[in-house]
Amino acid sequence: MDISTAAVQMRNITKTFGPVVANDKVWLDIYRGEILALLGENGSGKTTLMNMLSGIYFPDEGTISIDGREVVIRSPKDAFDLGIGMIHQHFKLVDVLTAAENIVLGLEGKLDLKAARERIRGICDAYGFEVDPDQKIYDMSVSQKQTVEIVKVLYRGADILILDEPTAVLTPQETDKLFAVLRNMRDDGKAVVIITHKMHEVEALSDRVAILRHGQFIGDMPTKDTNAQEMTNMMVGHAVTLNIDRPDPVDPKPRIEVKGLTVRSIDGILKLDDVSFTANSGEILGIAGISGCGQKELLEAIAGLQPVESGSISYIEDDGTREELIGKDPLSIAEMGVSLSFVPEDRLGMGLVANMDLSDNMMLRSFRKGRSLFTDRKTPRQLALDVVEELDVVTPGVSTPVRRLSGGNVQKVLVGREIASAPTVLLTAYAVRGLDINSSYTIYDLINKQKAQGVAVLYVGEDLDVLLELADRILVLCGGKVSGIVPGRGAQKRDVGMMMTKLGGDAHE
Amino acid sequence: MFDFVSFIPRAIMQGVPLLYGSTGETLTEKSGNLNLGIPGIMYVGAISGVIGAFFYEQSAGSNMNGFLAVAIPLCCCLLGSLLMGLLYCFLTVSLRANQNVTGLAITTFGVGFGNFFGGSLIKLSGSQVPAIVLSGTAGYFRKTLPFASGTGAVGKLFFSYGFLAYLAVIIALIASHILKRTRVGLHLRAVGESPTTADAAGINVARYKYVATCTGSMIAGLGGLYYIMDYTSGIWSSDAFGDRGWLAIALVIFTIWRPNVGVLASFLFGGLYILHMYIPSGMNLAVKELYKMLPYVVTIIVLVLSSMRNKRENQPPASLGLAYFREER
Repeated sequence: MDISTAAVQMRNITKTFGPVVANDKVWLDIYRGEILALLGENGSGKTTLMNMLSGIYFPDEGTISIDGREVVIRSPKDAFDLGIGMIHQHFKLVDVLTAAENIVLGLEGKLDLKAARERIRGICDAYGFEVDPDQKIYDMSVSQKQTVEIVKVLYRGADILILDEPTAVLTPQETDKLFAVLRNMRDDGKAVVIITHKMHEVEALSDRVAILRHGQFIGDMPTKDTNAQEMTNMMVGHAVTLNIDRPDPVDPKPRIEVKGLTVRSIDGILKLDDVSFTANSGEILGIAGISGCGQKELLEAIAGLQPVESGSISYIEDDGTREELIGKDPLSIAEMGVSLSFVPEDRLGMGLVANMDLSDNMMLRSFRKGRSLFTDRKTPRQLALDVVEELDVVTPGVSTPVRRLSGGNVQKVLVGREIASAPTVLLTAYAVRGLDINSSYTIYDLINKQKAQGVAVLYVGEDLDVLLELADRILVLCGGKVSGIVPGRGAQKRDVGMMMTKLGGDAHE
Repeated sequence: MFDFVSFIPRAIMQGVPLLYGSTGETLTEKSGNLNLGIPGIMYVGAISGVIGAFFYEQSAGSNMNGFLAVAIPLCCCLLGSLLMGLLYCFLTVSLRANQNVTGLAITTFGVGFGNFFGGSLIKLSGSQVPAIVLSGTAGYFRKTLPFASGTGAVGKLFFSYGFLAYLAVIIALIASHILKRTRVGLHLRAVGESPTTADAAGINVARYKYVATCTGSMIAGLGGLYYIMDYTSGIWSSDAFGDRGWLAIALVIFTIWRPNVGVLASFLFGGLYILHMYIPSGMNLAVKELYKMLPYVVTIIVLVLSSMRNKRENQPPASLGLAYFREER
C-alpha cells in the first residue's frame, strides 16, 4: 500500500448546529500505519469532525476522500463499507444483548452466531483481547465494553479506527493494555485516530498530532517535534502554565470524620466495607480507585443520599462540636454547608436538568430561599452569567437548554454552581471528566481557592497524574475497602496504581 | 362440576383477538414504539373488514364465492389497519410527535371511525335492529376442518375453530422465531433498546420502526376482523368489541414481550375474561364485576413480580416511547 497518500483527506469541512459553528473549513489528513492524536478544547469540534467521518453527521460543506477517491458518507453503513470504524465516547452497545450479538449487529446475511463466535475468538487472539462472546453487556466492566467496541469495529474489517477519549474511563493498567493493542494495529498498517485530552498519552502513543481550536484547524506536526507546552498553547490560543498549584494547607482541622462506614447497594452488594478516614478543612483529600469501587457511594453517603448500613459520619465544627450526619436528610446536610458536585459518566444524570436553561439550573439550588410567593429569578440569572463569564462556558446565552451545550461546558456549569454555594465541605467526583486542559486548570484553580478558604475538599478523580499533583492526601479505594491513605506529596503513580488493584498494594514488598 | 369442554373453546375464542392484538403490539414495542392506538386500530380493522364483506354480500347476492368472501374482508381489514399504522408512524417517527398522545388519539379516532361507519352501514342495510348481520361471510370464516365435529371432546378442544384462530397462533410463533433467531429480529430489538447504537451499526432505524409498527398494526387489525367474523358470527354492533384492545396491551406486559408466551397467556386471559359467565353468582352482579377485573389484576401482579426480580431481559425495550433523531445533542 502506498503510504504517502493519505488514507483520509478531509477538505474544507464545515458543520453547524443552529447558530453554533462546530467545524469551520477544517482540513485533516489521516495516514495508514500511523497513530494520529486529535487535540482540542471542549467544544472545539473534534468529536463532530470524527462523527462526520463515521457517518453520524453529514457535513454542510466540504469533501472527504478515502485513498484519494472522493466519497460521500451518508450513514454509518457507508462508513463501514469504506473501512472506517469509530469507537464512541459513550459506547454504542445494546445492554441486554451479548457481546457476539452486539458485534454482528447491522451486518447482512443469515444470523450465524456460532461462526461469529469463532471469528471473534480469532480477532481476539490476533490482537490480544479478552472477550467472552456470550457475556451480556450489562455484566461487563467499562474496559470490557470498550474491548467489545474495538472488536466490533475490527470484525467489520475496519482499517481506519477512530477512538473518542478511550482512556477517560480506564485505569492506568487498562490504558497501557489498550495502547499496546493500538500500537499492534498501527504496525499492522491500520490508520488510528485517538481523541484525548491527556498530554502524556499523546506523547506516549501518537506519531502525529492535529489540533483544532473553536472548530478551526490550527495545525498538525509529528509528535516528536513538539511538546506538551506547545500543544497546549496551540489548543488554547495563548500560553498557559501546565503546573497545578498545591499550596500548603492552612491550619487544617478535622471537619468530617468517617468511622467504619459500610454501605450496601439495593441489590445487596457490599459497596463500602468498613471505611474510616478524616477529611480536614483547608485540605484536598484525593480519592483514587478503579471506577465503581465505592467512590460514588462514599460521597453520596456523606451527602445523605445513600442509606448506610453501619458506621458513623461526623461533621465537626470549628469549635469542636460534633454532629452526626447519618440519618439527616440531604437538604439539612446541604444547609450545613456540605456540597456535592458529582459528574456522572453521562455528565447530566445528576445535578442538572437537561431541558432547562442555565439560569433555571442555577435556581435548583436556590429556589427554596426567600419568603416571597414567587421565586427569585434575578439572582440565579446573574449567577449563570457569572459562571459563564468566569469559566468561559461556550453557550449562545444563559437561556439555552443545558442539553445543547457540549459535555465540557455542561460540567463547568455544574461545578461552577456547586462552588458558588460557598460550602464548608466540597465533594466533587470526576469534576474534570472529559474536560480539556484549559478548563481543567480553571477547575483546579477554583478548587484550590476553596481550599485556601478553609473548605474541606473531597476530590474523586480518574486521572492519577492530576490526583498526585493536586491532592494533599490520597485515599485509595479498592473494592469498597480503604486500600491505604498516602500523602500526595511524593507519592508514586505506580504504587497508587497497585493499591487501586490490590488491597494495600505491593508497595511494601 | 365446572364444564371445561365448553369453557376452554370459549376461552380460546375469546383469547384469539387478544393474541392478535398483543402479537402486533409486541412487534411494535420491540421497535421502541409504544402504540396505544392498538384498540382503535383493531376497531378500524374490524369495520374495514365489515365494509368489504357488506358490499360483497350486497353485490354477490346468493351466489357467493368462498374465496372472495374471505379474501375481500381480509384485504380490506389489512389495508385499513395498515393505513392506521402508517398514520401513527408518520406522526411519531417522521414528525417525532409524542407517542402516548398520538396513540390515544388514534384509539379515540379508530373507535369513532368504527362506530360511525358501522352506523352508516346499518342505515344503508335498512335493518330494524342496530346491528349489521353478515352471516354469509361469517359462514366462510367459521368453516372448520371437515372431520372436526365427529371427534368428540378432542375435536371440540382442538379443531372447532375458524382458520383465523390457527393463523393467530402461527403468526405469534413466527413472530417469536423472528425476534429470537433471525438477524431482522436482532436488529429490531437493537432499534427498540438503543436506536443510537442501531444507527451507528448501520441499521436504518426509521425503516425498522415503520415496518414493525405497520406489520404490528395489520396483525392487530386481524384481531378485530376475527372478533366480528368468527366470534360474533358476523354481527357488528357499536362498541361491541369493548376494551379488548387495552387487554391486548396489558397482555404484552404479561408475556414480558414474548409472542410465543402470548399464545397460552391470551387463552388464559380469554378464560379470565369470560370466567364470570361460568361462575354461579346468582343475582349478585357485583361479584361478576369483580371477576371481570381478573385479567387486569393478574397483569398488575406480573408487573410487580417482574420489576421485583429486576432481570434486565424482562424489562420493556429501553427506548420504548422515545422518538429518535440522529443529530439530537
